[in-house]
Amino acid sequence: MLDFVQQLVSGVALGCVYGLIALGFVLVYKATEVVNFAQGDLMMLGGFLAFTFIGMMGLNYWIGFAGAVAAMALFGMLAERVVVRPILGYPQFSIIMATIGLGYFLRSIAGMIWGTDDLKIETPFSQGVLRIGPLVLAYDKLSVIAATMILCTLLYLFFNKTTLGTAMRASSENMLAAYYMGIPVKRVVSIVWAISAAVATCAGVLLAPITFIHSNVGLVLGLKAFPAAVLGGFGSIPGAVVGGVLIGVIESMAGFYLAEGWKDVAPYIVLLAVLLLKPEGLFGLHVRKKV
Amino acid sequence: MRFLFKTDYEDDIRLFPHSGYYVSYGLLLAVLLIAPYVLSSYLMSQLVFVCIYATVGVALLILTGFTGQASLGHAAFLAIGAYTAAYLQTYNVPFPVYFLAAGLLSGCIGALVGFPALRLQGIYLVIATISFALIVEEILARWESVTHGNEGMRVKTLSLLGVAVPRDSPTFYFLCLAVLVLTIVGTLNLLRSPTGRAFVAIRDSETAARSMGVNVALYKVKSFAISAAITGFAGVLFAHKLSFISPEMFTLQLSIEFIIVILIGGTFSLHGAVLGAIFIVMIDPFLTYLKDDMPGIIAGIAATFGAGTQAAANVQSKVAAFASLNGLKGAIYGIIIVLFVLFEPLGLYGRWLKIKLFFQLFPLYKRATFKRQKIYVKSERNR
Repeated sequence: MLDFVQQLVSGVALGCVYGLIALGFVLVYKATEVVNFAQGDLMMLGGFLAFTFIGMMGLNYWIGFAGAVAAMALFGMLAERVVVRPILGYPQFSIIMATIGLGYFLRSIAGMIWGTDDLKIETPFSQGVLRIGPLVLAYDKLSVIAATMILCTLLYLFFNKTTLGTAMRASSENMLAAYYMGIPVKRVVSIVWAISAAVATCAGVLLAPITFIHSNVGLVLGLKAFPAAVLGGFGSIPGAVVGGVLIGVIESMAGFYLAEGWKDVAPYIVLLAVLLLKPEGLFGLHVRKKV
Repeated sequence: MRFLFKTDYEDDIRLFPHSGYYVSYGLLLAVLLIAPYVLSSYLMSQLVFVCIYATVGVALLILTGFTGQASLGHAAFLAIGAYTAAYLQTYNVPFPVYFLAAGLLSGCIGALVGFPALRLQGIYLVIATISFALIVEEILARWESVTHGNEGMRVKTLSLLGVAVPRDSPTFYFLCLAVLVLTIVGTLNLLRSPTGRAFVAIRDSETAARSMGVNVALYKVKSFAISAAITGFAGVLFAHKLSFISPEMFTLQLSIEFIIVILIGGTFSLHGAVLGAIFIVMIDPFLTYLKDDMPGIIAGIAATFGAGTQAAANVQSKVAAFASLNGLKGAIYGIIIVLFVLFEPLGLYGRWLKIKLFFQLFPLYKRATFKRQKIYVKSERNR
């Protein structure tokens, strides 16, 4: 039982990271029908930037964190402007390939700049554990869970209570209608990319104490975030986080209770099963196709 | 230059549009046949890889280019072909048998993947094929009794009718070339058959195809199976060429490389697959060239333009350091993909067509001829 709870907590913590990356997919997908295959690499880049600010320049953790988030938000806008905007409206395959290319590029550049060693960020949560009776919970894992909850609340409030959030929802529903109503759709899309890059950076920094940062981490975790996004329903923000947590827990449990090797494939088996049985996911809308 | 006037249906479904093609392809084939006696062994080996990559490119083109089903899992089919060959070889099965068996097996598995793919479209299909490939990769690493896990498997020298065919011999190259040519001719024939027309119809509009009486499900599965089978055949040759296979050779990276092959070549024509294969295989020699010869040449240029010996040596060492950077290949891939998608969506073959058309229509050429149609973004979810 104790083992089970331990595994559950670490699964939820890992799942929150998947969920945050999946959140980035979903934000961008909702706004522009584009799936950003470079989302994991944005996360990796954010982690490296935070490492540069905190580990190499010796800034305070929180200042470095904020600096990395701000820098990556700008980078997200730049990426949208340079790579995605010129091909919006072309077949989805082109856009998928463009973002794959972007991811490739970011991975190699990060490898050139920061080397191929595993890097680690010292955070205020790196040490120390919370003991509840016989249960030992590490602070770094708890911090991931807490931060995910805070971020989700913020995003929820942003989308539902602010004018900009409403504009985003409007342009994700119908771009042309939103444009006619005076919403600056292009700027809105830019901001969506900025937010998704910022969220990815948060995931990267939070993840740093749990797994190390290296140039391939984005690819590995980005691929794990697909099952999360699909399980939640690709267009649903709460779905992404719930899906991420579920995938994290499934992976963690499979690693503990099943034979070796299941841990890595379990998320994908779940993904294929979901695609077969309930392609719209847990929170997705089932919409009949009109011809 | 010649104008083609198609006057009946027969003109439209001819294998080659006009007789001039027989001359040019015949010349190309002759050049390819004497190549092993002229080129260095390194270039020959690259040429074999071009053949293999082009075969996979053609296979992927059938699926992605002509049926409109994107797949990022073709490395898995290649792996299935390669491992079938390596496994059957341990039982001394002759080459033709395991060659066919590899194609058959990966074709069957391709059909099995095709069934779930029927319900999926666009991005979901891409994700599903990625996860299929990752699962296959994991199975290859874990099923040790058959695949020897991460230790990998040694592939014995190919023996055809009792004669050994080493992997760097001209005969092996001819074999790969034959497979490629057969694949291309077969695909050309497939595409002018009712099946191929159904594929193209499905790509252009699934709804329209269905209303014309095309059995969409059947043809999608067929397309998957054919594509996977050809990839399986290529896998056998790939295994023999490498003479050693292990699971980490068949990663997502390889699948992406195959996609790059058809993307760079152009996703609408078989020429594209071959051009793309040449392009992607030649990146490696290009990088070697950049690493070995380029620094000297640049230093030489610097020296002739009056820079001192010291400065020239400086330039040389800088260029060499740049060329031997670790991730240079990945960065080049990334930039190439993005640039092609942004600026040359029709690929290398599209560029060739543009050049050809420019000279055919000389004073009247309009750039807008090849302009992409922008579809206004409408939510898939509400469609």
